[in-house]
Amino acid sequence: MNHMKFQGLHNNFKAIVIGGSAGSFQGITKILSQIPGDFPLPVIMCLHRLKHVRNGFIEALSIKSIKDVIEPYDKEPIKRGKVYLAPANYHLSIELGHYFSLSTEEMVNNSRPSIDITMETASYVYKNKLIGILLSGANKDGALGMKRIKDSGGFTVVQDLADCMIDTMPAAALEITKIDHTLTVDNIIKLFFEIHNLYK
Amino acid sequence: MQEIHIVDIRKLTEIIKTKYGYDFTNYAISSFKRRILRILELYKFSGVDALAKKITDDPVFFEEFISEITVNVTEMFRDPSFWRILRDKILPNILLNHKRVSIWHAGCSSGEEVYSIAILLKEMGILEDSKIIATDIDDRILERARSGVYTVKNMELNEKNYVRFRGENELNKYFEVKNGLAYMDKSLVKDVSYRKHDLVNGIVFNKFDIVLCRNVMIYFNQNLQNDVLKKLHESIFKYGYLAIGSKESLIWCEIANKFIVVNNEEKIYKKIKE
Repeated sequence: MNHMKFQGLHNNFKAIVIGGSAGSFQGITKILSQIPGDFPLPVIMCLHRLKHVRNGFIEALSIKSIKDVIEPYDKEPIKRGKVYLAPANYHLSIELGHYFSLSTEEMVNNSRPSIDITMETASYVYKNKLIGILLSGANKDGALGMKRIKDSGGFTVVQDLADCMIDTMPAAALEITKIDHTLTVDNIIKLFFEIHNLYK
Repeated sequence: MQEIHIVDIRKLTEIIKTKYGYDFTNYAISSFKRRILRILELYKFSGVDALAKKITDDPVFFEEFISEITVNVTEMFRDPSFWRILRDKILPNILLNHKRVSIWHAGCSSGEEVYSIAILLKEMGILEDSKIIATDIDDRILERARSGVYTVKNMELNEKNYVRFRGENELNKYFEVKNGLAYMDKSLVKDVSYRKHDLVNGIVFNKFDIVLCRNVMIYFNQNLQNDVLKKLHESIFKYGYLAIGSKESLIWCEIANKFIVVNNEEKIYKKIKE
C-alpha cells in the first residue's frame, strides 16, 4: 500500500474513537477487514444500531474483521490493540483509569448509544492523545463530540462527503469545528497503516 | 456544553454526605457528571457552587435533586430473553423446593420491571404465592412506581418487548388507556411492598430467592460495586439467584467466587457460598 502523509500525526496517541450511523456499515466493515492484525491502539466504535436487537450486529461486523470485535461489559478495562463496539441500547463512556462504563440514560440526539457521549468522555480521558473519526450518517450525533476532541487538541477525521452514503453527520461536524482531515474510507485505511508504521 | 471539574463534584458529594447522609462519592464519574450538568441546565444554575448552595439551603429541592440525579429510564420486559429464562428455567427450579418465591427488586425505578415480574408470575399462576419487595433510593420515583401510570409511547415499546417475551396474552390486557395515558391493572401489584432503600448506605434487611438488580450498579464505580454486591450476596438465600444487566459482569468483582454463572447471556448467577 502506498504511503500517505497526514499532517498532525504522531506516535503518542492512546486511542481511536469511530462514530457512524446510516450508511457507515460498509465503510466500517472495509476498515475492519484491512487494518493490520497488530494495530497497536484500542479502537472504540460507537455505531447507531437497532436498540432492541442485541445479537447479530457484532457477528455481521466480525465476519470480515481481522480482529475480534468486543462489546465491552460495564467497567471492562480498555486494552491496547482491541476493537470495541458500544452495546445496543446503552451509552458507552470512557472513565479515567481507562475502562468503560455503560449507562441507560435518556437518548441523546435520538440515539442510545450516542456518539457524542462516547467521544466526549474519551476526549476527557485521552485529551490530545485521541483520534476521532466520524463516518456517514443521517443525523447530527457526533458533531459536538468531534468538536470536543478538536478543542482538546486531538486529531479529527471525517469521511469525505462525496464518499458518504448520507453526509449529514460529517457535514454537521465540519460546520461546527475545524476538522483536520476529510478522507475517503480508503484513505482512512491508509491512515491506520500510517499510524501502524509510526508505532513500529 | 460546559465542563465541570472533579474537585467541584467532590465538594458537592461531601456536602450531600454531611447534610443528608447520601453518599455519591463512588458513583461512576462519567454518568454522574452528565447528571449534574443536566441539573445545572434544567434549573439554570450558574455552576456547581450555586447548586451546592441550593442543596444546602433547601431540603425540598434536595428531594428533586435525588430524582434527577438518578437515571430512571426503564422498560417492561427489557431483554425479553431474560424474562423468558426467568419464567422457563429459574422459577421452575426454585419451585421444585419451595412453594413460595420471594423476590427483591433492588433499584426498581418507575416500576416497569415490577409489573413485568408480576405479569410473569400471574401467567405462571404463582403471583399469589410470591412475595415481591421493590426498593429505590428516590421517594418520588417510588410514587410513580406505585401509581403504575405510563405514557402510551412507552407502552408501545413495552408491548413489543412483551410479544418477544412470548407472554400468554396481549399486554393491553393489563392496562387501560385513559386521556392518553396507560393505567396499569393495580391488582397485579397489590401485594408488592414498595420501600425506600439506598443500596449504598442501606442495611441488609431480608433474604430472598431472587434479587433483581439490573442496570443499577452500572452507575457505581468498581469499589462501590464490590460493596453493594456484598450486601446483595447477603440478601440471597444459599442457592438463590442474582440477576444483573446483560452487559454487567461479576468478573471484576471480589465476590465472584461465591456465585456460579447460571446463564451467561442474561447474566443470571446462583449463590453457592455464604
